[in-house]
Amino acid sequence: MSAPKALPQSLQTNPLLSTWVRILADHTVQVFSGKVELGQGIVTAMAQIAAEELDIGFDQLRITSGDTRVSPDEWYTAGSQSIEVGGAAMRLVCAEVRSLFLAQAAIQLGENVQNISVHRGQFSSAKGSTSYWEMRDLVDLGRAFSASATPKSHGLHAVVGRPAARLDIAAKVSGAAFVQDMELPGMLFGRILRPPTLGTTLLSLDAEQIRKMPGVAHVLVSGSFVGIAALREEQALKALEKARSLARWSEAPGMPEPGDIAEVLRHLPSTRAVTYSQGDEPSGRADKGFTASYSRPYLAHASIGTSSALAQLEAGQLTIWSHTQGPHHLRAQIAKVMQMPLEAVNIIHRDGAGCYGHNGADDVALDAALLARACAQPVLVVWTREDELVWSPSGSAMLVEMKASLDANQQLSAWSHELWSHTHIKRPGWAEGVNLLAAWHMDPPHPVPPAKDMPLPAGGGDRNAIPLYNIPRVEVVYNFIADMPLRVSALRTLGAQTNVFAIESFLDEIASEVGIDPVEFRLRHQSDPRARAVIEAAAKAAGWRTGAIGDEARGMGMGFSRYKNMSAYCAVVTEIEVTQSIRVLRAVAAVDAGQIVNPDGLRNQIEGGILQAISWTLKEAMHWDRERLTSRSWEDYPILRFDEVPAIEVVLIDRPDLPGLGAGECAAGPTSAALGNALFQAMGLRMRDLPLTPERIARALA
Amino acid sequence: MSEQFNLHVNGKPHQVQAEGSTPLLYILRNDLKLKGTRFGCGAGHCGACTVLLDNKAVQSCDTPLWSVVGHQVSTIESLGDAKAPGRLQKAFIEMQAAQCGYCINGIIMAAEALLRANPDPSDADIVAALERNLCRCGTHVRVLQAIQHAVRSTGAAQ
Repeated sequence: MSAPKALPQSLQTNPLLSTWVRILADHTVQVFSGKVELGQGIVTAMAQIAAEELDIGFDQLRITSGDTRVSPDEWYTAGSQSIEVGGAAMRLVCAEVRSLFLAQAAIQLGENVQNISVHRGQFSSAKGSTSYWEMRDLVDLGRAFSASATPKSHGLHAVVGRPAARLDIAAKVSGAAFVQDMELPGMLFGRILRPPTLGTTLLSLDAEQIRKMPGVAHVLVSGSFVGIAALREEQALKALEKARSLARWSEAPGMPEPGDIAEVLRHLPSTRAVTYSQGDEPSGRADKGFTASYSRPYLAHASIGTSSALAQLEAGQLTIWSHTQGPHHLRAQIAKVMQMPLEAVNIIHRDGAGCYGHNGADDVALDAALLARACAQPVLVVWTREDELVWSPSGSAMLVEMKASLDANQQLSAWSHELWSHTHIKRPGWAEGVNLLAAWHMDPPHPVPPAKDMPLPAGGGDRNAIPLYNIPRVEVVYNFIADMPLRVSALRTLGAQTNVFAIESFLDEIASEVGIDPVEFRLRHQSDPRARAVIEAAAKAAGWRTGAIGDEARGMGMGFSRYKNMSAYCAVVTEIEVTQSIRVLRAVAAVDAGQIVNPDGLRNQIEGGILQAISWTLKEAMHWDRERLTSRSWEDYPILRFDEVPAIEVVLIDRPDLPGLGAGECAAGPTSAALGNALFQAMGLRMRDLPLTPERIARALA
Repeated sequence: MSEQFNLHVNGKPHQVQAEGSTPLLYILRNDLKLKGTRFGCGAGHCGACTVLLDNKAVQSCDTPLWSVVGHQVSTIESLGDAKAPGRLQKAFIEMQAAQCGYCINGIIMAAEALLRANPDPSDADIVAALERNLCRCGTHVRVLQAIQHAVRSTGAAQ
């Protein structure tokens, strides 16, 4: 076994076996995970890992995730880390638990451990049989993990590596299943009146008029925070509309001149830092030099269900049911704002709609807590669609300026990647201060904490900015824009989508300039066999023809990356047809995520990543005028529709002998680049600013 | 003004007390406890709240209570439950056609309306029937496959 310092972070923080596994009297095994279901199927994958290592049936397993009363603190469920870190911890713990019981069974049965087999929790040999449940009082799990057991080798896997039906889907397609669907006796319905923009404050509100409305139980006004609770949901909505019409706000501080996102970012104050550098500048003049710049706008998380939480304050205990990605972080932040001891606050994860990063899940938990305390009754708060688009953090806009040189052999000799962006993470519990909306608005307010991005190697704005190709000289420069005209935080892939779009578009441009097939050009600069394998597999599955050029309408393009340069490898080929807009006919992905836990779950994540990235790349941008955001409904923020969906093929390269690699975000960057490159192949038109809308294509062609 | 309304939901009569302008969505979820119909936007844009009104798909978030009197309302719960799922639910479970699953019930109800009107729809008919439904996780391909699967398995059963 490896030294303790190489243990997964989750296990270093939570070493006690009983934090993870308990044998229950009812002939089940209870496992606890800090990683939560976001629609990515993680709870099912965790159950597969636990059932595999414990040798119990799925039906004998209970799994609880994200409940601060009992679950291990496993940071956030984010960054495609759940299998890599949480899954690795679960595997090690369950292997050790099984081996402790196996040793006990050897004593019970008077048998050598080698002669005992374990199946559905029964330990059997020629001499007899016992079980986890018969031995539950004989083995003490209240001990620290000691790395005394080795998990099963992949050849022995019967559950891991095979498709498993998600544990949650049947309930979701038939009735109540989400936090929004919960009810408690005496529960009120809450809505929040938000300011019209960032930086405006409430001047006046005649709350008495609202309190007189039918069903209104409470109006909480604290500074610029206005919360309303009513007996019936439609009454809360009517009261919200009334409050909106009555509230007077300070003048908006103003938004940057709308328009070209590159210009907006260039004009905001920034600080410049070299975040990565390798090799020396090539001596002498480069044979050929290239420059180009790429951008993406601010993007909404745009969850289909709006953020929601249920809170109850009873006997000094505040309990919040929430779809947060970081229950323990949220707990600490809520305790601070509510001025309650940590032990008096419980966060219990309940599923919400997919979040794709930091949406309003944490903010609405505080909204509900404040209202539940004010009303002394449980309150379910549900954000409006407008709240969700305007007040959930957006993904940061980005600008990337690329420079590269080729040597006389048409090999890349130097590469520079200079980007402009805001932070890509401003989650509650990340850095100092309180990152919860109501805390900034209430009286007295908590200050909005300063922005701090995630550093490399994982990276935030510079995630995946280091090209994964053999280039002697590479430099990454980050112009960090601390202030933001709209609220931003983590959106699926952080900066990786834009950086990979820029890198892979730029490579394509250079390949085309020197007359080398773009797939061939990538392979000439690629010595990592796993990277080569996905590039070759995607090209083969898509029917890539070397040197093909488009016919002014149809084209194919490729994009590749290894997510975070340390998680899953992914190459995507898209085939498009351009009429008035880009129609994606087909997307083919090849993925190497190391050992696969649930192949069907992985496919589902890749398909979803591709489709979401098509939506981002072709359609999405947050819009504003000089005063406020104008993307306030689905009409102002269109996303991919059913009639725009291509055929998708996913090739999985299983590496059962290698560690699992996070894969939930690996397809986005390659997909975006593949679309831009396909447009170029089809029409010879290079578009470097996202989204690739019909209006922009028409303008570029004019 | 709050009034009494007589409704027919999932084949049963119900009486509710509410204002006539109340969106049907909240009556279903809060008065009748039919939580499978979900709020998404409140403006009829996303389809998460889709139910059937006399076999036609409607968005319950912008359908006022008064307008459904004298009509048959059907929600996802009328199709089946987790133990005995209906044909579409079964197909969605078999094809694992969900990621977060929040949009799925509205999509299933839009598909149910299609299948009631046209038991043998083409792929294009299916796409057209989902014109008003949004999915953010990118489960579209599986959703289309699940509906096709339901059509085929129903055809085989007949």
